[in-house]
Amino acid sequence: MRVMAQMAMVMNLDKCIGCHTCSVTCKQAWTNRSGTEYVWFNNVETRPGQGYPRTYEDQEEWKGGWELNGRGRLKLKAGGRLRKLATIFSNPKMPSIQDYYEPWTYDYATLTDAPAQEHTPVARPKSLLSGKDMKIEWSANWDDNLGGSRASYDNDPVLQKVSADVKRSFEETFMFYLPRICEHCLNPSCAASCPSGAIYKRSEDGIVLVDQDRCRGWRMCVTGCPYKKVYFNHRTGKAEKCTFCFPRIEVGMPTVCSETCVGRLRYIGLVLYDADRVLEAASHPDEKGLYEAQRQVFLDPHDPEVQRAAEQAGIPHDWVEAAQRSPIHALINEFKVALPLHPEYRTMPMVWYIPPLSPVVDVVRDTGEDAEDPHNLFAAIDALRIPIEYLAELFTAGDVAPVDGVLRKLAAMRSYMRDINLGREPNGEIPASVGMSEEQMYDMYRLLALAKYDERYVIPPAHAEQAHSLEELATECSLDYDGGPGMGGWGPFGEGSGGVSPIAVENFQMLQDRQTSDTLAAPPDKGQRVNLLNWDGKGSPTGLFPPRPDATGDRPAAGLTGGTGVLGSEAETQAGPIGEGSGDNVADRRTGGTEEP
Amino acid sequence: MDTFLWVVVPYVCLTAFVVGHYWRYRYDKFGWTTRSSQLYEDRLLRWGSPLFHFGILFVFLGHVMGLGVPKSWTEAVGISEEIYHFLAVSLGALAGFGTVVGMAILIYRRRTVGPVFSATTAMDKVMYVFLAVVILLGLWNTVASNILDHFDYRDSVSVWFRGIFRFDPHPELMAEAPIGFQAHGLVAMLLFALWPFTRLVHVFSAPLGYLTRPYIVYRSREDAQLGAHRPRRGWDRVG
Repeated sequence: MRVMAQMAMVMNLDKCIGCHTCSVTCKQAWTNRSGTEYVWFNNVETRPGQGYPRTYEDQEEWKGGWELNGRGRLKLKAGGRLRKLATIFSNPKMPSIQDYYEPWTYDYATLTDAPAQEHTPVARPKSLLSGKDMKIEWSANWDDNLGGSRASYDNDPVLQKVSADVKRSFEETFMFYLPRICEHCLNPSCAASCPSGAIYKRSEDGIVLVDQDRCRGWRMCVTGCPYKKVYFNHRTGKAEKCTFCFPRIEVGMPTVCSETCVGRLRYIGLVLYDADRVLEAASHPDEKGLYEAQRQVFLDPHDPEVQRAAEQAGIPHDWVEAAQRSPIHALINEFKVALPLHPEYRTMPMVWYIPPLSPVVDVVRDTGEDAEDPHNLFAAIDALRIPIEYLAELFTAGDVAPVDGVLRKLAAMRSYMRDINLGREPNGEIPASVGMSEEQMYDMYRLLALAKYDERYVIPPAHAEQAHSLEELATECSLDYDGGPGMGGWGPFGEGSGGVSPIAVENFQMLQDRQTSDTLAAPPDKGQRVNLLNWDGKGSPTGLFPPRPDATGDRPAAGLTGGTGVLGSEAETQAGPIGEGSGDNVADRRTGGTEEP
Repeated sequence: MDTFLWVVVPYVCLTAFVVGHYWRYRYDKFGWTTRSSQLYEDRLLRWGSPLFHFGILFVFLGHVMGLGVPKSWTEAVGISEEIYHFLAVSLGALAGFGTVVGMAILIYRRRTVGPVFSATTAMDKVMYVFLAVVILLGLWNTVASNILDHFDYRDSVSVWFRGIFRFDPHPELMAEAPIGFQAHGLVAMLLFALWPFTRLVHVFSAPLGYLTRPYIVYRSREDAQLGAHRPRRGWDRVG
């Protein structure tokens, strides 16, 4: 037994309202840079639907994940090591930008520059790749809320696996949201696909990361990940992926997507697992057995033997305690209501989902029957094979039984709790009918309905006693941010992408482009534009403010803007030629920058 | 003048090559990448890139044979002048042709596909000029020296080239070579000097280690830093 700890997440899909707050806050935190315009570490898909990138779940097309070879051993679906090296010059199975979407901005300047005219001026969309006019045809979320419409479900790879009559009656019954982040798999095929060995799994908490200094841009990880959650930054030429917000996790805070989730549907916690059994579980011969096989890999943190092995493996005691309190362990292994997303990819994903009961409840309610009566709900779960088969294709490789079991538990919880909330005598038969005790049922209700922040996010801080730097307190010099006048710095072009990179002959141009021309490629009127979406908030890019009026202008204007360094120095250079022949004037003008006249 | 062209320039360029790479790797690992543009365009790349890269790999091997292996060695293992000549011309022309066609496709693609052109840096353009000139001159030399006119570079250019690395330079050998060989050698040297400062550095990250390493890489968190920012001086780790 080799005990390892894994930071994992469970999402309760019943609670997702499809507001995309998680996606937006994640984007603001992580991919708000040029080169990652099309990148969504977190996205929310409407199911049924094509997903993002389009039809990513069709592994016959995209060749992500693992499969079993003839001898029953795992191999990468896109081909082994030699094949990877042979196709390294042009990856045959990489989604193009059109499969995601071509990022764009709008030509906002025409709105502000337009003269007074009869017709409202229009800001045209401009491609962020080529800078040319473009027609917007798709985006990360184009089929939002189109769950039941032909437009989206015709191309849904999951739905195509479900039988024909299911498809026909589908549109009347079912729609739900599926938020997705990187799965931080136990057996990550992205890492296995990386020729450079730049993608690694952290041995402390299992978070899968890309070492930006070792990535060489071979793009095999993009193909290797069946969830298409590794992205290629087209400006820096490096792969990027969801980091599970590791800087926050290390100090005991939940990820940005969880922190900002409006429905409070995300749970974060530790899971202990036996690393020696991962490969065996991932090579389970029957796809439908993979869910159960993966569950068997997880260890019970209450078991003294496991605790001892964890201690020997160097897992700190407070981490074992956190694993005992972990909501993830409870949802996956105690209540058994959470299921993995697409276990058939054999990557052993670690972001699990509680399938939604609400479509079933809605159908019952629409018939006018009592939607919280256990018999009605159970009957409906039996009758509504359609959503259940679909959910089974998503979460259990098509095996209906586990999904059925989860939905029954959720239905039983509804009915059982109604009696309690209405002050009636609780009916012990309801939990018993789904194999749970009354106490267990109440605990599950607490965790799913009431759990406060501390119970939803049980995150032990990383171990390195660095008291001060772990505090997120404003006790430091305000100038000491990265790139500030303090230590280090980001170099002359600001943050851009990645860490401090010194200026080489080649990347001087690259860095300059990254930071200064991220609007459109390099339009002639660049000086008049700035893309606020991509601006990282530091410094004042050219074009953020309108050009200063001619320096012959009056002095109060200089006094107003003279405070900022950039504009102040501009004022000086502009003043130079004008002041020729009258030195006094120049000196006078320079002081005007800092002192009020 | 000969000494300058065939001794000083090579040593300066090769020094820039070596030192430049060390410096680039030391200070700019983040910038060390292929900077692939496959995301933008796939159709042309699918043909052009493998053609060019496999072509240039064989061209490289051909240079190792032609420049690196002395004539006496190949004769010692029984490869006669005629066989060697035949192999060099046929394989060399084939690889060279593939390389040139691939390069033509790639340059056409780079110029005409909007997003790819936008992602081309000034350094890329300079590099493309040098690379294209070197390759075209090389192909011309293969044709000219073997078919139009018989010039045995293995008695002159190769000896000069090996001499550089043995610190035993023979500039006079190169001075007598045809102008095509002179130009090819000189531009190639300049390309070597430019190399570490261009995207060509990706040649040295050929991922051969992939063949032997385990599929899943585990790495421990770096102890030096936790959380969002670096610890300040004076706050050392104690546990």
